Amino acid sequence: MIKIWSMKKNEDAATKKRPKTSAAQIRVQKDLTELDLPPTMKTNFPDPTDLLNFTLTITPDEGMYNGGAFTFSFTINTNYPHEPPKVKCMQTIYHPNVDLEGNVCLNILREDWKPVLNLNSVMVGLQYLFLEPNADDPLNKEAAEELRKNREQFLYNVKTSMRGGNIKGVTYHKVLV
Amino acid sequence: MATEINVNGAATSSDWQDRYYHVDQILDRPGPRTDPSFLAGDEVKDFLRNKCKILVIGAGGLGCEILANLALTGFKDIHLIDMDTIDISNLNRQFLFRPADVGRPKAIVAAEYVMKRVPGVQVTPYYGKIQDKGDDYYLQFNLVICGLDSVEARRWINATLVNLVDPENPESLKPLIDGGTEGFKGQARVILPTVSSCYECSLDMLNKPTTFPICTIANTPRLPEHCIEWASVLEWPRARGDEKLDTDDPEHIGWLYSIAVARAKEFKIEGVTWSLTQGVVKNVIPAIASTNAIIAASCCNEAFKIATSSAAYLNNYFMLIGTEGVYSYTFEHEKRDHCPVCGGEALEMPISRDWTVEQLIELLTEKQNIQIKKPSLATPGKPIYFQQPPQLEEATRPNLEKKVLELVPDGGEVVVTASTLPFSLSLIITYI
Repeated sequence: MIKIWSMKKNEDAATKKRPKTSAAQIRVQKDLTELDLPPTMKTNFPDPTDLLNFTLTITPDEGMYNGGAFTFSFTINTNYPHEPPKVKCMQTIYHPNVDLEGNVCLNILREDWKPVLNLNSVMVGLQYLFLEPNADDPLNKEAAEELRKNREQFLYNVKTSMRGGNIKGVTYHKVLV
Repeated sequence: MATEINVNGAATSSDWQDRYYHVDQILDRPGPRTDPSFLAGDEVKDFLRNKCKILVIGAGGLGCEILANLALTGFKDIHLIDMDTIDISNLNRQFLFRPADVGRPKAIVAAEYVMKRVPGVQVTPYYGKIQDKGDDYYLQFNLVICGLDSVEARRWINATLVNLVDPENPESLKPLIDGGTEGFKGQARVILPTVSSCYECSLDMLNKPTTFPICTIANTPRLPEHCIEWASVLEWPRARGDEKLDTDDPEHIGWLYSIAVARAKEFKIEGVTWSLTQGVVKNVIPAIASTNAIIAASCCNEAFKIATSSAAYLNNYFMLIGTEGVYSYTFEHEKRDHCPVCGGEALEMPISRDWTVEQLIELLTEKQNIQIKKPSLATPGKPIYFQQPPQLEEATRPNLEKKVLELVPDGGEVVVTASTLPFSLSLIITYI
């Protein structure tokens, strides 16, 4: 066998024992403990020792979703940050970029995810969806159509849905706080 | 035929005259690029053929090639791990398997086949996950060679071998040779844990798996892949609820296939097939037998050179691009200073037995050579004190008054993160 050990001695004599914590875990700890969230966003950990499963509640203080509280589940797997966190909306809401199952159309959650992004960027991205719903990337096609063609009606529908109302046969969750 | 001729002193009863004639051309005399520590002749042959214990991870496309190459080069004590069973689609390139083997564990079939064909070679298979095995298992090998298809498994074995390195024990440093292929492209690299750049150091070089914007999938599908993603990402959770999608279950793939076909018909898209469905949901890139052969040969060549010191080994990254012509490039991938696996270092932190967490944090913020603003602390798997987010700060605040001793055992590890740290810092807590 080659003598790697001698190379090692020359290179760095004072190597210490290496950490045993997984890279994904350290990265999640780093992301979470450096979160810098505005008062409109709040995390909740059902089990404070489990950092990989939690929820985020967004309460926009402006825009057409002002007055609602929207909750998303975050699931992080051991391949983070190679893979993005899995994020779903836990309520049925009327939004062009969120479907009735809670899937979210946000580029950095799928095709534009990069390991340099972190949980803070995902959370800020989610909040942005409530300030500027985007009719060009629809997941709820009817909501997107309405936003594009009849903004007044769309605003009315948003208000109705947030009260827990019914739009075209779909009953939405009451999200008003 | 196995004859009882004792050649070169290092032969065993199953060796026949001139069995290793060609390999011995390299081992019987030094060459211009031989390592000075190389001892030509019987000793090195004895090590290669009777003492060296090598672990092969993966018995798939690369694994079959690797296993055959190693056995024919003269490695005789080979261990093999694979968690998969043989699928009919493997047979075109995984040449140790036959149609009758379909459904059987790859590790076991491959081991049986090689032992039958190459006399005197002992292949010890393990049908299961690499994560089933602990440090003691990995410590018994001289070398580890990987032919894997997942980033996750590579990260695991890389971190495990880096963590295995014990400054008191030279034997704990196990060279890792990693091969990988994707269609016509491939790579082989030599990782000397803690000495050279590790797998985690190069994680940002990876391409992300192909994904499509979810809105395209939902509204404007144009490709057969969009229809398949529609079935797996949107329709599966809708129709099957919490049931987990098992990409190896034919019923599950069949279900996705039928949904995708219906979707494709609606949008007049052609090309949704069973195998494409399986390919998209398993994120499979068609495997090319000749790419596997080249990469496996390169990996085994490195294993041979490292085990025998007979020639300079790869430093440290070889890549092959066979998409247009044949292009290869070799370079030294550098260690990343702040690599979460091999970078940084653990700081020994001797503290008094009655120190509280708050005192430890104060020390971290005040100590000249550390100076961390607002550190957050955790043991592997459990937060001690987090500065953020507010709920975790509140939940961990009572720990501030507790003694460190109650939370961390003697010699235990504490991971410190802070915005002023490039990545993280590990403390090894000892009590005085």
